Amino acid sequence: MMPALLAISPLILVCLSVVGVMLSIAWRRNHALNAILSAVGLNAALLALLFGWTLGDVDVTALLVVDDLSRFGGVLVLVSTLACVTLAHHYLEGYEGPRDEFYLLLLSAAAGGLVLVSARHMATLFFGIELLSMPLFGMLAYTFRDRGALESGIKYMVLSAAATAFLLFGMALLYAVTGTLEFAALGDALATYGNDTWLLAGAGMMLVGLSFKLSIVPFHLWTPDVYQGGPGPATTFLATASKVAVFLVLLRLFQSALAFHENWWHDLLGFIALITMLVGNLLALTQTDLKRLLGYSSIAHFGYLLVALVVNEGLATETVGIYLVTYVVTTLGAFGVVTLVSSPYTATGGTADASPLHHYRGLFWRRPYLTAVMTVSLLSLAGIPFTAGFIGKFYIIAVGVEAHRWWLVGGVVLGSAIGLYYYLRVMVTLFLIEPGMQNRDATYDWAARAGGMVVLGVATLVIVLGLYPTPMINWVSWIAS
Amino acid sequence: MTLVWLILIPFIGGLACWQAERFGDRAPRWIALATMVLELALVLALWIGADFRLPAEGATTAWTHEWRLDWIPRFGIQLHLAMDGLSLIMIALTGLLGAMAVVCSWREIVTRVGFFHLNLLWILGGVVGVFLAIDLFLFFLFWEMMLVPMYFLIALWGHSGSKGSSRIGAATKFFIYTQASGLMMLIAILGLVFAHHDATGVYTFAYADLLDTPLSASTAWWLMLGFFVAFAVKLPVVPLHGWLPDAHAQAPTAGSVDLAGILLKTAAYGMLRFALPLFPEASQAFAPVAMTLGLIGIFYGAILACGQQDLKRLIAYTSISHMGFVLIGIYAGTELALQGVVALMVAHAFSAAGLFIVSGQLYERLHTRDMRQMGGLWGRIHGLPGFALVFVAASLGLPGTANFVGEFMVMFGAFGVAPWIVVIGSVGLILAAIYSLFLMQRVYFGPPAEERSLGGMDRRETLLLLSVVALVIFFGLFPQPLLETTAGAMQVVQHSFHPTGAMTGGVQ
Repeated sequence: MMPALLAISPLILVCLSVVGVMLSIAWRRNHALNAILSAVGLNAALLALLFGWTLGDVDVTALLVVDDLSRFGGVLVLVSTLACVTLAHHYLEGYEGPRDEFYLLLLSAAAGGLVLVSARHMATLFFGIELLSMPLFGMLAYTFRDRGALESGIKYMVLSAAATAFLLFGMALLYAVTGTLEFAALGDALATYGNDTWLLAGAGMMLVGLSFKLSIVPFHLWTPDVYQGGPGPATTFLATASKVAVFLVLLRLFQSALAFHENWWHDLLGFIALITMLVGNLLALTQTDLKRLLGYSSIAHFGYLLVALVVNEGLATETVGIYLVTYVVTTLGAFGVVTLVSSPYTATGGTADASPLHHYRGLFWRRPYLTAVMTVSLLSLAGIPFTAGFIGKFYIIAVGVEAHRWWLVGGVVLGSAIGLYYYLRVMVTLFLIEPGMQNRDATYDWAARAGGMVVLGVATLVIVLGLYPTPMINWVSWIAS
Repeated sequence: MTLVWLILIPFIGGLACWQAERFGDRAPRWIALATMVLELALVLALWIGADFRLPAEGATTAWTHEWRLDWIPRFGIQLHLAMDGLSLIMIALTGLLGAMAVVCSWREIVTRVGFFHLNLLWILGGVVGVFLAIDLFLFFLFWEMMLVPMYFLIALWGHSGSKGSSRIGAATKFFIYTQASGLMMLIAILGLVFAHHDATGVYTFAYADLLDTPLSASTAWWLMLGFFVAFAVKLPVVPLHGWLPDAHAQAPTAGSVDLAGILLKTAAYGMLRFALPLFPEASQAFAPVAMTLGLIGIFYGAILACGQQDLKRLIAYTSISHMGFVLIGIYAGTELALQGVVALMVAHAFSAAGLFIVSGQLYERLHTRDMRQMGGLWGRIHGLPGFALVFVAASLGLPGTANFVGEFMVMFGAFGVAPWIVVIGSVGLILAAIYSLFLMQRVYFGPPAEERSLGGMDRRETLLLLSVVALVIFFGLFPQPLLETTAGAMQVVQHSFHPTGAMTGGVQ
């Protein structure tokens, strides 16, 4: 019992901090105090996670398994949540309504993420996804007096509900055929039942449900609106922690459920990957709104990531790990800058954040270091050498070449070429001066605030990982083996 | 360690320039100039102290300096730098043209001076990295990395085009062309590495190890194409040249000088260093196609140059024409032709840089690059037309200039392998004379647009152009030091290309 408790202590600690923050709010509303409490709780959970690594693989009932992969996912989820806490503190300072509940929602969602990365049972998968998504509705619509935020929250809620319905239906069908909900047992059962129609329907519906969460084409329609309208910290969380957790559970499902290993499944998934990266990149081309653009770019990135899932052999698991790390670090940088420029929150009634591209015109000449962070993040998203993003793209192309999936490799190259166009457009906008444009700035002391330091640290990490990726590669390849 | 410093000096110098902007505009310029002079001095010191002959007959490498450090052991990637005669010449050229680029933007660039020199020096640092990297992963990194500062150089300090084409559009086109083709090369590199892994069970990106990877003919063919496409875009070879005229036309003078003088040469260097030695059989099979493409380039570039109104576009198209000769020389593969390629690359770097500097100085005085608005400048600007005449003469390959030496050697060396290509190609020399005379006629002769004198050249401009002229004529009359330095490296290429040695012809 004891090792099991120790193994899930990060989850317990996050849940305890939810309770702690709730009590603290009940006692007295103090924004800084609650932000600090959340950060302390997350840090404690992170420490517990790292110390728990010595325990090895631990099965916690039939529902959860704490192994290297789940700890890896836990680190990513907790780090992204921490970054969101620091960003939220600065952002919410300008918000007149109740500020403290945001941290409650954020922590609950993080707990959902932690459950999800450890799930090995359909029940925990469902529980994790719901615990992750429900608070996100609240977070996205947190600044509800802005039409954009409210719209974004409601859109996400409706489409999330649809996805959940698909997920549940799929699970029910799988259970009806096999009589089990455990991933491993399900995998064995699938191998014996073969191409049963109901099984395939169930698996397909589950894939649809998860694709909604990962905004994979053709289930991506919610992404740009939600990204654009949601408040900066909430979008950041949605783009990083939430996607990472869902992708890791998808990976686990793939590794255990063998039905997905049939050839035509791979071809179908390969096709989805191809259209995801192309559609994401093509739709991003004409965007004039930075947050929408980043939303489309994240669609494309999950298209690239699917390549590893399609191949699912050799370097594939390692590739997923590397790509997720580089993606999270880079996305935190990009959305961090957006959030900082939008901080502190000012009510506009429409979309509150600095999301139109022209707000960023000539930012370099006003906030050079913040722009350097943004430039580095964009270069990394585009996969230019000496940034972390290149290492990720290198792995994706390597895994495709190794498996001789030339169509997918070609798609990655084409997608990157298209992607460059809009990343470069944003980048050059940061350096152009056009007098008389309406633009927004981060506050002068942005670099001295926690959020600013996080963003600077993240940018440094992007460069360091691009220059010397060996520690990351060793860590991830150790996890994957 | 010297090799590492060769790469680091421009990067550090660039950062210093950026930070020095707070002390005024002059500080970044002097720092950048000092950086490039230091770089050049370092290379020249290496040049004097080294012996560039092959260590032994049939040796596969002729490194005079080497430096390595484990980087990503998971894939056998090393920070592995090495220098032979070819890379030394190229780096010396980089240092020299880098210094010239700094000097020629002394007046032209007046906004954001520090950031400009950061970009300029980072391009040069990336280029030096390309010339030194011997690990294929590292080579690719530098190959792609140098695009970013070049992009900023064109996008932020470029001129907007004559027909409403924007500098940002040109910069983006340049970036996408080269980046996408670069990814083709990355795929080819990875294909090669995995082929090597299948054969030996070892991941490695080391040049020396990958040289003798056993490849099936069809695999080698596809991988070779991957490399060729990347280099062909940068050289540029004709169907893939779309970015070059725009990039040149919109770039600031320093950008054009770097682009024509050095960046195009990285492609030829890549072919000589990687495409030919890694895939000798496939390259040999591909040689007729490549030479035909070269031929098309010679004519296409020359004919389009005749029809240009924009001075810089004209020079850009002449570059395409000259690079056609380079391509023919490379794929002829005889030692004489390869040596000629080196001479021609150096010569073209000087003559094209000279022409771009002249057109930059004209632009500073006339604020146009449209040749229809020029004419009759011979009497209006003191000194400049004379220099222009020298560079034009060099560009058309007049004997006594370095360009003549290069073109002659390429033709002579290729004749034994592909006589018809050479015969047709030499017609291109006549076209070169035609477009050169067009240029002189339209810009400097004919009725002047107005009588007002435009002011002579100051000491900086005179000194700059005088040194380029001196180099063009020096290497035209005495190319031997150049040829001796690269002989070893070129013998290596030639051995891998014609292993029988039947085709050796000429200077030993």
